[in-house]
Amino acid sequence: MKGRFALACLLAGYAFLYGPIAFLILFSFNDARLVTSWAGFSPRWYTTLWHDSTLIDAALLSLRIAAASATLALIVGTLAGYALARLGRFRGRALFAGLIAAPLVIPEIVTGLSLLLLFVLLEQSIGWPAGRGAFTVTLAHASVSVAYVAVVVQGRLADTPPDLEQAAMDLYASPWTVFALVTVPLLAPALISGWLLAFTLSLDDVVVASFTSGPGASTMPMVVFSAMRLGPTPELYALATVIVVVVGAVLFGGLWLRGGRLVSHGGH
Amino acid sequence: MLIVPWSWLALFLAAPLVIVCAIALLQPADAIPPVALPPGFDALRQIAADPLYAHALLLSLKVAAITSVACLLIGYPMALAIARAPAHRQPWLLVLVMLPFWTGFLMRLNAWIGLLQDQGLLAAVLHTRLLYTDAGLYCGMVYTYVPFMILPLYARLSRLDPALIEAAADLGASPFRAFLFVVLPLSLPGVRAGLLLVFIPAIGEYVVPELLGGPQAQLLGRVLWEEFFENRDWPTAASLAVAMLALMAAAAALAALAGRMRRR
Repeated sequence: MKGRFALACLLAGYAFLYGPIAFLILFSFNDARLVTSWAGFSPRWYTTLWHDSTLIDAALLSLRIAAASATLALIVGTLAGYALARLGRFRGRALFAGLIAAPLVIPEIVTGLSLLLLFVLLEQSIGWPAGRGAFTVTLAHASVSVAYVAVVVQGRLADTPPDLEQAAMDLYASPWTVFALVTVPLLAPALISGWLLAFTLSLDDVVVASFTSGPGASTMPMVVFSAMRLGPTPELYALATVIVVVVGAVLFGGLWLRGGRLVSHGGH
Repeated sequence: MLIVPWSWLALFLAAPLVIVCAIALLQPADAIPPVALPPGFDALRQIAADPLYAHALLLSLKVAAITSVACLLIGYPMALAIARAPAHRQPWLLVLVMLPFWTGFLMRLNAWIGLLQDQGLLAAVLHTRLLYTDAGLYCGMVYTYVPFMILPLYARLSRLDPALIEAAADLGASPFRAFLFVVLPLSLPGVRAGLLLVFIPAIGEYVVPELLGGPQAQLLGRVLWEEFFENRDWPTAASLAVAMLALMAAAAALAALAGRMRRR
């Protein structure tokens, strides 16, 4: 591929990716209720957004659910990824590996439906979890994210020779001590990226949350989704602009801090 | 150490799937929950017989296939161009691909609704209806899924040894022939991974057809949603879920088979 053609491909591709985002940002400053015609510059939708308590409450709820489900998924996913990478051919390994990876290929609408049915059945038979809301959404998001954390952790462990863990075991550390004091610190970068992945997956989900939530617990994507059915508004564009700025700052800031490398060459 | 993940998987993965299969075998009823005995294959037989569901299945397969191919056509040149860019620029170019992806897909669809609307920017320029048409649906689908195509393609193309292309050029191949006979065949595993990463979630997509596709875009995900939330027909919704699971298993098995045949 010659230089000029490659450049044209890149520019066309990025124009496709960023055209809609430029449109969002521009029309979030539109001084009209519609996003179809320009009526002059105004920051008033940002004021509306700032005072929109429904949306802000939903955003805070989403952040809480995302943090809790990512932490839960991190614990279970790390244990599962460790088992797959380090425990050899334990009994039922094929079934275990299949179940762990299943959420990667199961459509989210099937995940949502099946978890809701589980929660309904559990409530009817043992009374737990009582009702549906933030707690059931957290469990549902965690059950999807475990797969992603396990894949990240397993991949990192596969690249890390077990020498240090074996040395610790030779020095009579118990398996749990080895896991906590040697494996987990070795895994730190994978744990951080696994947690962040789980966090963003939860923040972005509307389908699984719609199935597993209950009255009074609407996450931000659920509120945005029902508003979007009525048509886009400059207020939603203002919200999107805020998110683009925050995410952009985090991504580019992180990249800049690592000196322009995608994966930090850290560890050992 | 295995007890925690095993019990988690049993409770939150195996049990829900077993429950879905069980509900698919029950009858709809006016109760809470709205299902009743006796067990039977009525719901499964119904989704096999009613042309509405066959149509939804074919439409989902078609939309997923067109979306995958369109993502490949847009994503391949971009991935190749990023892989050929100077090494110190590549991470920045990749983050630029990922940024729209990390901002949340509802936010991106929001922009498309505004652009595609009647009197919206694109519809006004093209003098045609776009929102709630197939064109609108594909814009949203391709925009949502194209990063899933670019990333695996880039991962494969960036590991390609440039010496191979130089060798082809030294032997008199034009850049186009070098691409066709050296780069393209070596990138096929990346193409397969990208197609799979787009095709599989696209089959079950609910939100994009719901917001951009209009009433005629009755994809599987949407039909399931309506059976469950609007008709309160749990057995039919569960049967559709079982059908989708079977479809995913078939797609994954086909991909595994294709991978094994290549390696031979």
